[in-house]
Amino acid sequence: MSGRTLYDKLWDAHLVREDANGTALLYIDRHLVHEVTSPQAFEGLRLAGRKPWRTASILAVPDHNVPTTHREGGVEGIEDPVARIQVETLDHNCEEFGITEFHMDDARQGIVHVIGPEQGATLPGMTVVCGDSHTSTHGAFGALAFGIGTSEVEHVLATQCLIQKKSRNMQVRVEGELGPGVTAKDVVLAIIGEIGTAGGTGHAIEFAGSAIESLSMEGRMTVCNMAIEAGARAGMVAVDQKTIDYVAGRPFAPTGELWERAVADWRRLVSDADARFDRVVTLDAGAIRPQVTWGTSPEMVVPVDAAVPDPEQESDAVKREGMRKALAYMDLEPGTPVTSIRLDKVFIGSCTNSRIEDLRAAAAVVRGRKVAANIRQALVVPGSGLVKQQAEAEGLDRVFLEAGFEWREPGCSMCLAMNADRLEPGERCASTSNRNFEGRQGAGGRTHLVGPAMAAAAAVSGHFVDVRTLSES
Amino acid sequence: MKAFKTLDGLVMPLDRSNVDTDAIIPKQYLKSVKRTGFGPNLFDDWRYLDPGEPGQDHGKRRPNPDFVMNQPRYRGASILLARENFGCGSSREHAVWALEDAGFRVVIASSFADIFFNNCFKNGVLPIVLDAAILDLLFRETEANEGYRLRVDLEQQTITRPNGETIHFEVDEFRKYCLLNGLDDIGLTLQHADEIRAYEDRRRREAPWLFEF
Ligand code: SF4
Repeated sequence: MSGRTLYDKLWDAHLVREDANGTALLYIDRHLVHEVTSPQAFEGLRLAGRKPWRTASILAVPDHNVPTTHREGGVEGIEDPVARIQVETLDHNCEEFGITEFHMDDARQGIVHVIGPEQGATLPGMTVVCGDSHTSTHGAFGALAFGIGTSEVEHVLATQCLIQKKSRNMQVRVEGELGPGVTAKDVVLAIIGEIGTAGGTGHAIEFAGSAIESLSMEGRMTVCNMAIEAGARAGMVAVDQKTIDYVAGRPFAPTGELWERAVADWRRLVSDADARFDRVVTLDAGAIRPQVTWGTSPEMVVPVDAAVPDPEQESDAVKREGMRKALAYMDLEPGTPVTSIRLDKVFIGSCTNSRIEDLRAAAAVVRGRKVAANIRQALVVPGSGLVKQQAEAEGLDRVFLEAGFEWREPGCSMCLAMNADRLEPGERCASTSNRNFEGRQGAGGRTHLVGPAMAAAAAVSGHFVDVRTLSES
Repeated sequence: MKAFKTLDGLVMPLDRSNVDTDAIIPKQYLKSVKRTGFGPNLFDDWRYLDPGEPGQDHGKRRPNPDFVMNQPRYRGASILLARENFGCGSSREHAVWALEDAGFRVVIASSFADIFFNNCFKNGVLPIVLDAAILDLLFRETEANEGYRLRVDLEQQTITRPNGETIHFEVDEFRKYCLLNGLDDIGLTLQHADEIRAYEDRRRREAPWLFEF
């Protein structure tokens, strides 16, 4: 018998039952809940007279809709009445069913995918689900983590299980050393550029290779976060010493003798040497340059020193038409050097890049510089209240504020623009988030995805610039 | 859940790949705590010329005459044709609720994003994957013939074209069974409650730290 992949191991350990046709019941260890995709699930539960199966497995937090300014008024102070109702509904549901929730005024509040790992609520070897596609983030811990729809949220609440079919195994290896100034965000954008946004559909992706191993836990989370943008519901990285060190001492992590047992178990969470993958893709880390998306799909990406591509060079008719539509929406001409694209706004935040390491990387570029005159707004939105505190303790808030950035309260913010933070029609933004879809950051808004240092460099330059040249100056 | 057996429906072509869930239902409508009422905002950014906000009277907005959904010949369509990677992006089930609310019960594409695909089955909407070449043919026929209809038979797993020719499609056995019978899968899972408890007991011994918070 050949060895098992990390995904195989996680799958096997959570299998409650499996039918002859492969339909399985998978047990869920951790259920993260936020305000946008849960109200209808709780309502369904109530209508059917059901109760959550295991309340202790659930951790809830409002993040998508919360304002990032003026939190003094609490929930009642949320100006948008529809958003307020949604946050209140989450509060009521958690109270009614006895679910742990980090309320809006709690320092632990933040983006659900930032706070899970931060609290040790995400542990290696777990199955983690959330009504949010970027749940793949938690796979960085050697966990099986994926997003689910609201009906599935209700299903997990009621049964602690999901009905699943096993995905195929895919491995993406990034081998070699990353060049200076090249970050986890560039790695994952380069991967998506290579395999396409449907490249991982039907697969669980394990990210491996020396360049992935060299990444910090924050960097691994950035990579796994965008597995969904490559079409894979789950992305993951094997457990190593870094994983264990990161988890140690976190509030929800085991302690004492239980910790020792857990660690011994977690060390097995790697793919066996003779494990078989259905598909393997290998990238050369040394060839990856800082990336910038030019279109309306994350696969529409080029290195910062390249130009906007020409649809006429594309042989596939459907793709060509997609490129034309994207260029029209983005108001870009083929052949335009990326570094000459001028920007109106800059957003540093989101579950992709709002952790302390991201803020440090951005601040290092910003320090001693000013936001360029043509930038109407430059926002920094920390991923959680604790990230914010940490950054303030390091003086990063001063660096940003002195340069002309705004320093906000934690939440999803302009990643999806459900609150007041958004692009106006036609505005162009360098964003550290994960989706450049039409209207994602506000109707008519134009999004270019980049890493935090590249976003910071764009903010102080007014246009894209290769951060590697900037830091030398 | 609504059962799905057969459907004889008007076809609407949406000739784009990577149609994402933000395009299907923009974020401002996700603030609703209900499952219904999303239909008027399906494809909102493409469908209207003026920006939309929840609670607006959508009848008073300016429809975009170039968008396929506003062409009179596709009024009442219940089958949507699209290209690859349909439903990519966020997990929002609101995307399926919006399609369903607007009258669509079948979506045909060359591939779907996994979460969206899953969400369809939970809401009585049938997503069908067809070969790009067959899809091309259906796009051509739909555009060339006003009033073009297809008959979808889930039991037989067939799509019948107006000329009587049938196209076979694949569907997962369990999902087909649930959809044909309109079954609530929570109820089905709870029939295995003893197995879930037995799993928990075993797991609690093997990995007690997972039950300690
Ligand atoms: S930060 Fe953006 S991508 Fe992440 S959970 Fe929030 S809305 Fe989703």
